[in-house]
Amino acid sequence: MVMETASRLPTVEDALALGLTREEYELVCEKQGREPNQLELAMYSLLWSEHCAYKHSKRLLRTLPSEGPHVVMGPGENAGAVDVGGGLACAFKVESHNHPSAVEPFQGAATGVGGILRDIFAIGARPIAVLDSLRFGEPSGAHARYLLDGAVSGISHYGNSIGVPTVGGELYFEQPYEHNCLINAMALGLAQRDRLISSAAAGTGNLLVLFGASTGRDGIGGASVLASAELQGGGDGDDSGQDMRPTVQVGDPFAEKKLLECSLELLERGLLVSLQDLGAAGLTSSASEMASKGGVGMDIDVAEVPLREPGMEPFEVMVSESQERMLCVVEPSRLDAVLGVCEKWEVQGAAIGRVTDTRRMRVLDSGELVGDMAVSALVDECPLYDLDPQKPSQPLYEPPVASLSLDATPLEMLLALLSSPNIASRRPLFEQYDAIVQSRTVRRPEQADAAVLALGSASDGPAPALAVSIDGNGRRVAADPYSGTVAAVLECASNLACVGAEPLGTTNNLNFGNPEKAHIAWQLTESVRGLGDACRALDAPIVGGNVSLYNEGATGPIYPTPVIGMVGILPDARRAGRLGFHRAGQEIALVGPLRPSLAAGELAKLCGQQLPDGLPEFDIGAVRAAQIAVREAVRAGLLASAHDIAEGGLAVALAECCLAGDIGAAVLLGDDSPDLTAALFGEGPGGFLVSGERDGLRRLGEGVPLQSIGTVGGDQLSIGIAPESAALSVGLAELAAAHSSLAELFA
Amino acid sequence: MARAHGGGVRARVLIRPKSGISDPQGTAVERALPALGFSGVANVHVGRLVELDVEDAAQLEPMCEKLLANPLVEDYEIIVD
Amino acid sequence: MKFGVLRFPGSCDELDALAAARRVGDAELLWHGERDLRGADAIVVPGGFSYGDYLRAGAIARFSPVMESVIEFAGEGGLVLGICNGFQVLCEAHLLPGALLGNANRRFTFRQLALEVVNADTAFTRACATGEVLSVPAKHSCGRYYAEPQTLEAMEEGGQVLMRYAPAQNFNGSLRDIAGVCNEAGNVFGLMPHPEHAVDELTGSTDGLKIFQSMRLAMEGARV
Repeated sequence: MVMETASRLPTVEDALALGLTREEYELVCEKQGREPNQLELAMYSLLWSEHCAYKHSKRLLRTLPSEGPHVVMGPGENAGAVDVGGGLACAFKVESHNHPSAVEPFQGAATGVGGILRDIFAIGARPIAVLDSLRFGEPSGAHARYLLDGAVSGISHYGNSIGVPTVGGELYFEQPYEHNCLINAMALGLAQRDRLISSAAAGTGNLLVLFGASTGRDGIGGASVLASAELQGGGDGDDSGQDMRPTVQVGDPFAEKKLLECSLELLERGLLVSLQDLGAAGLTSSASEMASKGGVGMDIDVAEVPLREPGMEPFEVMVSESQERMLCVVEPSRLDAVLGVCEKWEVQGAAIGRVTDTRRMRVLDSGELVGDMAVSALVDECPLYDLDPQKPSQPLYEPPVASLSLDATPLEMLLALLSSPNIASRRPLFEQYDAIVQSRTVRRPEQADAAVLALGSASDGPAPALAVSIDGNGRRVAADPYSGTVAAVLECASNLACVGAEPLGTTNNLNFGNPEKAHIAWQLTESVRGLGDACRALDAPIVGGNVSLYNEGATGPIYPTPVIGMVGILPDARRAGRLGFHRAGQEIALVGPLRPSLAAGELAKLCGQQLPDGLPEFDIGAVRAAQIAVREAVRAGLLASAHDIAEGGLAVALAECCLAGDIGAAVLLGDDSPDLTAALFGEGPGGFLVSGERDGLRRLGEGVPLQSIGTVGGDQLSIGIAPESAALSVGLAELAAAHSSLAELFA
Repeated sequence: MARAHGGGVRARVLIRPKSGISDPQGTAVERALPALGFSGVANVHVGRLVELDVEDAAQLEPMCEKLLANPLVEDYEIIVD
Repeated sequence: MKFGVLRFPGSCDELDALAAARRVGDAELLWHGERDLRGADAIVVPGGFSYGDYLRAGAIARFSPVMESVIEFAGEGGLVLGICNGFQVLCEAHLLPGALLGNANRRFTFRQLALEVVNADTAFTRACATGEVLSVPAKHSCGRYYAEPQTLEAMEEGGQVLMRYAPAQNFNGSLRDIAGVCNEAGNVFGLMPHPEHAVDELTGSTDGLKIFQSMRLAMEGARV
């Protein structure tokens, strides 16, 4: 019999304020067999929020490919994992922390990193790398600059302090993200393949032990209040979200470092039955999900939870999002040993409950029952909604403000693109991140198209390594959600190919607007369709991911932004590809089926063009074949450099290769292209810029379309159109000056 | 004097960079304030505050010398409430 | 020869230092809470964020039991290398003069730097040549070296400045571009850049190995 508490019984109005619909509230009453009390309603409202229950996306996500010969752990656990050989598995996942970061960017980004790291070590893997994908409004606005600076500082503070290198990422500035920034954090970890641990609770009578930081009032209601509703405000941006600050969690990387070492030691010593981290919705979601996976029940006594604040009510303890906490299931005979390890690492630990066979989640307060719910009702019986997709009949987004004319010269266009915020060097950001701790980093940011991390210590002989990239392009997906998403997945794999890596698996974060609106539902449905098709075509199954919906406000939705993270493997890190041109006299070639088009590209944006309706077609099979050819050529040591042609097209890729190698190039394009501008700056999947000795390029060209276009050397980049007309010629110093335009954002 | 829990006193230690040593944080704040519309601001320094209950106020100075401040580069001020 | 690499709660680069030391001799980790140095011939105080850099970087670690032993060990002439956070701990422990303050650019910065060897006649630099330029990465937010003017003068005169940032490489604002210093007796060396991250061609330069090799040469010389 649930104890009568002093607080009044909540009403349907309370349920609505907590984010449930009227129908959902009635369903809760039906499952409880009565009206829920305050604690129960709080728990349902969190577990039935979009963020926890994936109400609008779960049915779609089930269509994605998640199986493959390398998959060791698929979607549904804290992170996914793939076999990387040598008895090792690589765990990885990407997650978003968009709404908290819009409110407090430093802590939002920091705790985003903290959260994704916990997901990795919750399955028993030691985190070895972080990547981050950031999107803001145009940096001409003070608010976007404030968010950017805060987010980068937050990632730097958390990642560096905990000793995990930040090895890559991406950054975009587009007007639709002005009031809804995107902060997606990806992490990788390594574990012995047979030592990965699940979160399923098991063993009636086993103890539930909470360890880590003490529990306070951080982020109470964060999950349902922030992540499941569109942010209010959005007028001048300066005070939107100001009063939401109290619900943002504060992170402590030192606490997490101790928690990480403690968790890994507990696992190493075989002291745990299962392990789960606490994230959104705190104890409520962690305990309930552990119980659901294990098909068991749980009794939790909130009076046993170590608190940071006095006088917390039971519901506050259950929904607190205080950071740096883990939950584990432990056999009673192991409790002392577990608490001993916690003490060694100066981490609090307390037994707060037991596993039962009731299949009910029962919450007690000093032994008195204050909440009683069926686990399946909480976790598995949240209603799922079908989307009602309708292609929009009108453009959803304003055209960008023009800063360049289509009549500009090719040189003016190149310099404008190189200095544009979406293309300029990210050095001012990544120099704030430790990219080398743990001594695995073979390719650092701006050395190659993907990060490369050695798997073992290299003595003499081949050094197997992982490669990882994170990619997305909201504007192209807005123009064509299906093709744009396919292109994003292809770009990720192309980046891996350029370092010589074969994809093993994929993770994704789907960042979209309000799915209850038909046009957003259409974006989401088409994008997921593209994601599935692309991952199937590349044999890169999705092992886990995240969905962030309701990213819109009064000024409209964000660009539909699926962010793709992909992990690959290369057999010998000594042959990992590089981005920069290497030696004077080496040949430069264009490889692959790229059909450059200005549609939805960076040049079109600078010229203020409206998004097209649809992107040009491309042949996914031909792109894949080119990726494989480039990858094999890199592995065979045939190439001095390899670079995926992306934003800004061929001319920008050439400039990037010159700058990375600190050497010029002279290039001659055929005059058979009808549109010079498209040839220079057009974008699309399947284009690679490679360099090397003639012989190596010739061998690459045996298997894939290859066009020799010029030679490395000098201190200028010259691009000519046969026979003798020069489209542009520019010195390295001028290119470097344009390329370093982001430095002023961090002065 | 303010009474701390269970006797003793409540104290605050203000720790600031020694004058003559460059204080980039202070300089940054001093530059940022006018940009937000606050004029007539000068001499900004950024330091640390440590608040504590102590039974014996005489221990505060040795605490500062030994741990709370780095006397090579910081000055400290003890305020007993 | 055996290196003892300290490990505090919050240390990040101790395993990297361990791996680097193992390229040159034996090495093991020494837990902060234990006084026993386990027969180490040389001590490495590693990089990271011991105790979260709470209060001041290194301020709490210096009082740990293992550091009590290291202070004694140093007093008896034992070799002690402090890297980054380790340098901060050694300054807080007064095993080295001066202090490390917040970077002049107010940001954590990671960069591969060129360092000039100023004094190659020490236990930590004898595998280098005077004037040699080493490529070593630095990654820190509090690396600005400060000591009082008269102290700096004495240190320069006494050959205690072992390494300087090469021209245009000093991002943290260290006085006199000082990157690494030793004590008067020459057995304790603190360095902000990370030599343990410059020991493997696969991940960068191998110039940092010279510091560990120097220490081994010094130990072998001492045994003769």
